[in-house]
Amino acid sequence: MTSPAAYQVSHLDALEAESIFVMREVVAEMERPVLLFSGGKDSIVMLRLAQKAFAPANIPFPVMHVDTGHNFPEVLDYRDQRVAELGLQLIVASVPEALNKGLVRESADGMRNRIQTPVLLEAVEKHRFDALFGGARRDEEKARAKERVFSFRDEFGQWDPKNQRPELWALYNGRHHPGESIRVFPLSNWTELDVWHYIARERIPLPSIYYAHEREVIERDGMLYAVNEFFRARAGEQPFKAQVRYRTVGDASCTAAVRSDADTVEKVIEEVAATRITERGATRGDDRVSEAAMEDRKREGYF
Amino acid sequence: MSVETLAPAESDTARPMDLLRFATAGSVDDGKSTLIGRLLYDTKSLFTDQLAAVEAVSAARGDEYTNLALLTDGLRAEREQGITIDVAYRYFATPRRKFIIADTPGHIQYTRNMVTGASTADLALILVDARKGLVEQSRRHAFLCSLLRVPHLVLCVNKMDLVDWSQEVYERIADEFTAFAAKLDVPDLTVVPVSALKGDNIVTRSENMPWYEGPSLLHHLERVHIASDRNLVDVRFPVQYVIRPQSTTVTDYRGYAGQVASGVLKPGDEIMVLPSGFTSRIAAVETADGPVDEAFPPMSVTVRLTDELDISRGDMICRPNNAPMAVQDIEAMVCWMDETRPLQVGGRYAIKHTTRSARAIVRGLHYRLDINSLHRDETVGELKLNEIGRVRLRTTVPLLADEYRRNRTTGGFVIIDEATNRTVGAGMIVEAG
Repeated sequence: MTSPAAYQVSHLDALEAESIFVMREVVAEMERPVLLFSGGKDSIVMLRLAQKAFAPANIPFPVMHVDTGHNFPEVLDYRDQRVAELGLQLIVASVPEALNKGLVRESADGMRNRIQTPVLLEAVEKHRFDALFGGARRDEEKARAKERVFSFRDEFGQWDPKNQRPELWALYNGRHHPGESIRVFPLSNWTELDVWHYIARERIPLPSIYYAHEREVIERDGMLYAVNEFFRARAGEQPFKAQVRYRTVGDASCTAAVRSDADTVEKVIEEVAATRITERGATRGDDRVSEAAMEDRKREGYF
Repeated sequence: MSVETLAPAESDTARPMDLLRFATAGSVDDGKSTLIGRLLYDTKSLFTDQLAAVEAVSAARGDEYTNLALLTDGLRAEREQGITIDVAYRYFATPRRKFIIADTPGHIQYTRNMVTGASTADLALILVDARKGLVEQSRRHAFLCSLLRVPHLVLCVNKMDLVDWSQEVYERIADEFTAFAAKLDVPDLTVVPVSALKGDNIVTRSENMPWYEGPSLLHHLERVHIASDRNLVDVRFPVQYVIRPQSTTVTDYRGYAGQVASGVLKPGDEIMVLPSGFTSRIAAVETADGPVDEAFPPMSVTVRLTDELDISRGDMICRPNNAPMAVQDIEAMVCWMDETRPLQVGGRYAIKHTTRSARAIVRGLHYRLDINSLHRDETVGELKLNEIGRVRLRTTVPLLADEYRRNRTTGGFVIIDEATNRTVGAGMIVEAG
């Protein structure tokens, strides 16, 4: 007879089991799910969980990349390679295309975070997706701390934080009317450190920019931005070389790098465990607009 | 134990970290935010940019102290009105455990939020102010924890610094609460005297209260024994999804995917499938990483059987000699969560129970429970927002259910309004048949 203590799972196994349950629930109950895949570490982990949830069958839904046009080439290469390996259908919802068609207009500051939203919503409508897997985590940001695992969005893709469905036990309510949709966040209960521990355990390859490398950067508002075709130095800003890595991967015009010597997954885990600054706080210019910048974007239909 | 020993969660490789989910109940007045802030801060889970942002907002609003509630009261409406409107989830870890806190607001919609937070909690933490002792709210919270069958309850008697660290004050409150809890169904109760503001008995034992011989709060949270809370006796495997690869390389594969609700499943075990009643044997228990010798909660696995049976989502795999009830007439305690329309006798709703969906009609409302006095009001005809009552339901298809007190997964269900699609109620099965 095995002792009850043997029937215990580690926290990573518990998180994995919960995420797999959530993904299966979506596929069982929703008509047309899609997984939002940016080539960032959270969506990469989500894709691994999707593989596990449906093995030995293939992942039973396509992936979609909302492409701002401001990409890190390493990340785009990774995206294409991963999609090919898994034999997935990739849908690219393109911000540059939408700009050309006049569907959206470039914002004054050049950041494309906000104009991603209408492009995403248009793709959702065009493909009639009713469930969108997103890699957002509750530990990332305070508006996300109050987000449901199954987050209802009205026909305009809007989130109403005061009007969320109670979520009890593991009973997720994905019911919706035509035109409405559900955003699903399988990594809700994961922290940045959990994600890195999982990447290490599963030996998941990542785009190289997540690990320390030398890069030409400028310092602006206390953050290090790579100088490239999307991000130009302003007068008085002197580019210099630094050893950096990316803690998050987003739009190349508003995602900053952090100084780091962590060139292996073990070193990154050490670094993340010791850091005293949140990942979005350290790397995202777009969250610095106001106290409620994330909530405002989410209300408009952002992830 | 010093704070420094807590931080590197990954250095302890000998014993894998497990996961404890706990719900906190109380209001700002009880010092709940301070307590949570203290736990996060002392386990290095609070980041400097978060703290700086909160300090700046507090200062700008003229708060006399840094209001740690602002850490997650990030929604505009919350900041404008100075209230917490929803359950917030927070995370921290020590080398022993990862913790998920469901932080539920004390006043606004407390029942709906508390019930939601408690539904998945291994432990609930209730705070009282040592100067005020037990208040109505403390009793309500304790009752809701017992209704939701949270296995472990911790009462923190806070602000001990303001009562001169008095053992007498502490014992009076502890005795009163213990007596109240005895009337409820509380399997495990721990009482800890603390000062969240000063940090006494939060992470380290307090030197100001040498008369207290128990553990600090964090020590208790790290070590409370939760492995035995799982039901490993009754095999319940709600079939979530049937995996049948349409592939040229994998042929004739048929696996039943799901998360083990309770019990232990092993290859070779004789099983029964409900509602059909067909029996078979487990051929294999599989995961994407390969077959496993046994599956138990909360594992997500794929079960293959030796026989080809007609099994679909919503069916339940159990043991021939230990099966859940298959019932259409259900007695349940229902907590109503909808502000727009009350639960009414004769009302028709959708039900989600395990992986099974059904429609239901409310056949009767026996009583509404006053959660302050535990008095049963048998004269009511409806349940309004945040009210709890005993309800009789008739479902269109049988639910494969156990009593909630025996099995939280197969005993709980949610009620959904078919017109609005909103989740309007939570039910806990009392008995069936």
